[in-house]
Amino acid sequence: MGMGSDMYRQQILDHYKNPRNYGELEDPTFTHVGENPMCGDEIRMDVRLEDDEETIEYVAFKGDGCAISQASASMLSSKLQGKTLEELLEMDRDDVVDMLGVDISPMRIKCAVLAEKVAQDGAEIYRGELDKEKTTTEE
Amino acid sequence: MSQQNLESLDVERLREDFPILERELDGKPLVYLDNAATTQTADPVVDAMSDYYRRYNANVHRGIHHLSQEASIAYEEAHDRVAEFVGASGGREEMIFTKNTTESENLVAYAWGMRELGPGDEVVLTEMEHHASLVTWQQIAERTGADCTYIQIDETGRLDMDHARECITDDTAMVSAVHVSNTLGTVNPVSELVDIAHDHDALAFIDGAQAVPNRPVDVEAIDADFYAFSGHKMAGPTGIGCLYGKAHLLEEMEPYLYGGGMIRKVTFEESTWGDVPWKFEPGTPPIAEAVGLHAAVDYLEEIGMDRIRDHEEELAEYAYERLAAEGDIEIYGPEPGPDRSGLVGFNLESVHAHDLASIMNDHAVAIRAGDHCTQPLHDRLGVAASARASFYLYNTREEVDALVDAIDSARQLFA
Repeated sequence: MGMGSDMYRQQILDHYKNPRNYGELEDPTFTHVGENPMCGDEIRMDVRLEDDEETIEYVAFKGDGCAISQASASMLSSKLQGKTLEELLEMDRDDVVDMLGVDISPMRIKCAVLAEKVAQDGAEIYRGELDKEKTTTEE
Repeated sequence: MSQQNLESLDVERLREDFPILERELDGKPLVYLDNAATTQTADPVVDAMSDYYRRYNANVHRGIHHLSQEASIAYEEAHDRVAEFVGASGGREEMIFTKNTTESENLVAYAWGMRELGPGDEVVLTEMEHHASLVTWQQIAERTGADCTYIQIDETGRLDMDHARECITDDTAMVSAVHVSNTLGTVNPVSELVDIAHDHDALAFIDGAQAVPNRPVDVEAIDADFYAFSGHKMAGPTGIGCLYGKAHLLEEMEPYLYGGGMIRKVTFEESTWGDVPWKFEPGTPPIAEAVGLHAAVDYLEEIGMDRIRDHEEELAEYAYERLAAEGDIEIYGPEPGPDRSGLVGFNLESVHAHDLASIMNDHAVAIRAGDHCTQPLHDRLGVAASARASFYLYNTREEVDALVDAIDSARQLFA
């Protein structure tokens, strides 16, 4: 088995076909969007925080693109609920690969990490630590 | 019609000239269908370059010594040979070596465009332009105050020639068009476009990156003012591109890159330029690559460009028919025929092009997926990305079958 079908284990396909937390929140604390123009992958993430302004209460996402990018956003939206912004910002590429549970080929890693980067940039913008209109992982 | 030609093109024999095609990936034979991105390099090309490095590697145009003379002669003769290959009777005086088609576009855009364009001038492009010309002319237009307009494509993926006649006016200074679309496979009526341009005293630049590798091209019959292509898409090496230009235009044009090797006389105050093409080739040029491209041209011509075109069209037609029979595959560009080249761009309904390419990779089938450097065209088609299978002289019908089988396994996986 090469990397190709390894990347498309049941979990990924399940999240791609039945995305969790798909849609928009009515009262998000912050919203951020990301796009990889060369791939055409797009992700919008809505995050609602609890009253402590640190704990993530709920995450919703909308998007369009390949199975890897969309499954990653779906899984991340579930994983983040109950986590703190600090924990979100500490996540790195390895955490995303662990979450997906498959080997991601080097050419596709940008698809896998787009959702994470959108959430992280959104959190930093919310905290006033970053000024950015749109996130991309194609750079 | 082409069946006989296909038989006379001994593909099994030709494949021996491309040892890379014997590779297996995870025990599966490589099926290389990404030839519009780059073709594999023929052994005679590798041998010619190896011979240059092993026997007469030297810098050109400056050495008195024997090796430099040999290298200089080989480098200069490569210009003449490549010019002859595309029907340029002026030889080296009409053939500039660059590093790729993109640089050829930039050379004309800077050397000619920055001096000649101004507010009120129009550069007419097509909706199917590669970023190589689209982005370049967009930038030059922005800097000079000129405007870019785009000839539309019709629903079949062909240029709307009525719209072309509307777009090209007396304000038009340059018409820049692809000969063959790298995304749709459309073979454009370039000589008609050139005639329209000339009727309005505009120049015409034709991007032949997807045409010269796979069909006979005669720049003088087309009457193009400029014509560009790349070595690595025609069984030759990377690192070398070509720019044909009419002698009187190149003569009048100022250089766009400066340095050694392109000058006649230099003082602390000023410099004068050498002859065409050298005034456009400053610094140490791609010498080994020129030797390799010469060998590639010899190789292709010996096979016969007519036969290469027929073989590719035959494969493209077969692939088109097999994919079209699937029902859940959208194919872009014209139906098979004389105005369709040997590439097929498509999308499988339920699977993103990148997922498709990843799964096909698992079957050792190499295709391209993405925007193919034609983002505005993809916007026009209403898709973010497409998959593309592109063929060359060494591909077989069995490889088309492998393509269809691999698509089917992606379909099953996502079902």
